[in-house]
Amino acid sequence: MRLSPDEMIFWQYGFLKLNATIVFTWGLMFVLAAGSKLITRKLSTDLKRSRWQNLLEIVVTAIETQIEDIGLQHPRKYLGFLGTLFLFVAAASLCTLIPGYKPPTASLSTTAALALCVFVAVPLFGIEERGLGGYLKSYVKPTFIMLPFNIISELSRTLALAVRLFGNMMSGAMIIGILLTITPFIFPIIMTALGLLTGMVQAYIFFILATVYIAAGTSVRKPKPEPVPKT
Amino acid sequence: MDSMTIIAVASIVTAGITTSFGTMAPALGEGKAVATALGSLAQQPDAAKTITRTLFVGLAMIESTAIYCFVVSMILIFANPFWKHVIAQATGK
Repeated sequence: MRLSPDEMIFWQYGFLKLNATIVFTWGLMFVLAAGSKLITRKLSTDLKRSRWQNLLEIVVTAIETQIEDIGLQHPRKYLGFLGTLFLFVAAASLCTLIPGYKPPTASLSTTAALALCVFVAVPLFGIEERGLGGYLKSYVKPTFIMLPFNIISELSRTLALAVRLFGNMMSGAMIIGILLTITPFIFPIIMTALGLLTGMVQAYIFFILATVYIAAGTSVRKPKPEPVPKT
Repeated sequence: MDSMTIIAVASIVTAGITTSFGTMAPALGEGKAVATALGSLAQQPDAAKTITRTLFVGLAMIESTAIYCFVVSMILIFANPFWKHVIAQATGK
C-alpha cells in the first residue's frame, strides 16, 4: 500500500531520484506559471475583458480581501507569498480530478517544505515591519518567563501546519485507494468528491493560518492616545 | 507468544484504539464549536462572514488532532518499522 507519492520513482541516477512528488510539483508549477503568463499577456482595464482575466481578477481580489480582513495593513506586500501558498495547495488538490494524478501535498516532504517557508517568512516579514529589536522583543511579551513557550509555540505550529495538510491529503488519497479494492464503482467517486472538498478547505486553512501568523508577527502596537483632560 | 505475534497484536490493537479515540474526542469538540457558532450567528447575523471564517479555522485546528491520530494508525498498519524489522529478520534467516 503506497503511503505517499514519494515511492513512485520514475527515474533514478545514483541517489538522485525523480519521484512522483517532484514530477507532479513541476507539472503544477508549469501549469500555474504558463497559464498565468498566457492570460496576462494582454491585460485590459476597460469593461471588455476576457473571461480568464476576469477569473484571475476574482481570485486575486478575493485573496487580497481575506488578507486585509485578518488585519494585515498592506495586503499587496504579502499577496505574493500568501496567494502562492493558497493557489499551489488548491491547485494540487483540484487536480485530483485528473486520473493517474497523486497530489504532491500527500507527501510529507512537500508539506514540510511549505510549512518551513511559512516558518521563515514570519520573522522575515516581522523584521521588515518592526525592525530586528521590535520583533525580538515580541518574544518576551507579556513577561520574560514566556520566552521558551513562545519559541516552542513557533516550532509546534509549524509542525502542525505540515502534519495537518499532509494528513488530510494522504488520508483522502488512501481512502480512495482502499475503497477501490472494496467497492469499485460508486463509493470512490463520492470519496473523490469529499477529498476535493477537504482539499480546498485545507488550502484555505493553510493560507488563513499563515496570514494569522504573519499578522501576529508584524502587529505594530498603536501608541496609546494621550488622555484628554476633562474640562 | 514469540515477538512477532506480540508486535502484530500490539500494533493492531493500538491502531484500533488510536483511531477510535481520534474520532470521538475531536467530534465532541467540533460539535461544541459549531453549536456556539450557530448561537452567535443567530444573535448577530451581521458578523456572519467573520464568524464563519473563524469557525472554519477553529474546526481545522480541532480536526488536526484527529489527523494526528489517523496518521499514527496508518503508520502502525502500513509502515510499521518494528514489523518490517521483524519480517526482515524472519525472512533473512
